Amino acid sequence: MTTQQEIDAEIARYAERLAPGGHPDRDYPPYRSSILRHPRQPLTVVTDPEAVERYGPVFGAGDVTELDADLTRQHSGEPIGERITVSGRVTDRAGRPVRNQLVEIWQANAAGRYVHRREQHPAPLDPNFTGAGRALTDDEGTYRFTTVKPGPYPWGNHVNAWRPAHIHFSLFGTAFTQRLVTQMYFPGDPLFAFDPIFQAVTDPAAQQRLIATYRHDLSVSEFSLGYRFDIVLDGPGATHFEADHEEDHR
Amino acid sequence: MSDAKLEPTPSQTVGPFFGYALPFPGGADLAPAGHPDTVTVHGFVYDGEGRPVPDAILDFWQAGPDGSRTGAPGSLRVDASSGELLGRDGVRFTGFGRVGTDGDGHWALRTLAPAPDAPYIAVCVFARGLLHHLYTRIYLPGAEDALLAALTPERRATLLAEQDGAAYRFDIRIQGSEAEETVFLDFA
Repeated sequence: MTTQQEIDAEIARYAERLAPGGHPDRDYPPYRSSILRHPRQPLTVVTDPEAVERYGPVFGAGDVTELDADLTRQHSGEPIGERITVSGRVTDRAGRPVRNQLVEIWQANAAGRYVHRREQHPAPLDPNFTGAGRALTDDEGTYRFTTVKPGPYPWGNHVNAWRPAHIHFSLFGTAFTQRLVTQMYFPGDPLFAFDPIFQAVTDPAAQQRLIATYRHDLSVSEFSLGYRFDIVLDGPGATHFEADHEEDHR
Repeated sequence: MSDAKLEPTPSQTVGPFFGYALPFPGGADLAPAGHPDTVTVHGFVYDGEGRPVPDAILDFWQAGPDGSRTGAPGSLRVDASSGELLGRDGVRFTGFGRVGTDGDGHWALRTLAPAPDAPYIAVCVFARGLLHHLYTRIYLPGAEDALLAALTPERRATLLAEQDGAAYRFDIRIQGSEAEETVFLDFA
């Protein structure tokens, strides 16, 4: 089986291969599961401003309650772990807030274990922690979650492979073209260099955009430590939304 | 409009463990309950060796039968007392659906045919191993538009659902030859 040293050498070999926007190249062999799960044919460019994808799903107050953003209050007891607040703004590339949109997160518990039957890592489950949450952004594009810091965990990419601690994020923009699924990491994680999923983002500046910032002003006294994670959605915005926005500024 | 271009947050794979977070009840049932015009579209997701992908999740987004592209809220609906997700109310057409592939790599969607001026169901594909999602479109038989017209017959065929009994079949091949691999789209 592949060793960490072999993966390290592959990561180094691909480090110079930069993809647009800092996104990972889908063809990234150090992450073994990508080998048969990336397209070989070129993508077909669509520029039609009336394409359905230039519009997008909408969600409302009935789809999400405030409690859905607090992962520490989903069970009768308190989860084990370091309680954290994660907050940030969702914007497009022009800095315009993405309002009233759905943000979904999921994560391992403090011991690095997911509530998933295919997860075989022998770390304890926490009866008071599921690890899934939802929020709607406000008028400034801001979201806020309360949760516990997830633990790192081993996986099967190669011998002694460990994922750095992370929270999965799923985001919607003003248009379906801006859909994003990503992972938020924690500052200073010693596992970054060894992880082919994190390193699939080869541009060091783009890697930094995946790492939350510790923010003492987001920490809540006697309760939780605060992390800030701002998200910038790629892809063209909604045609109708841009027209509305320009009207606002006339 | 500001010229300032912020750099985007990079994509990361959805990984294998989204199953308790992203699917929601009724995610596959875009059509109002019991609607007589309901169409079922189903298929498999395959990898580059033709093996089914049991850990993919598909987001669907489409115009309504009246051509409306604005969608409607109410896909998820949380029960305020229990906190459980209820899913849609069976009346409103929200335009949004979500289905994870099962252990056989299979998915099925029940929806209403989109209007002729936007005759496709947009699909966003996520899977373990896929570092950045992929967009494609499902066209039902007889649909025509500029994108289909611009493709070679071989490539076009990958976007056309086929009649399959009372349903339509649409397979997604993430990787393959020009004739096999599904056409994926770039909106950048």
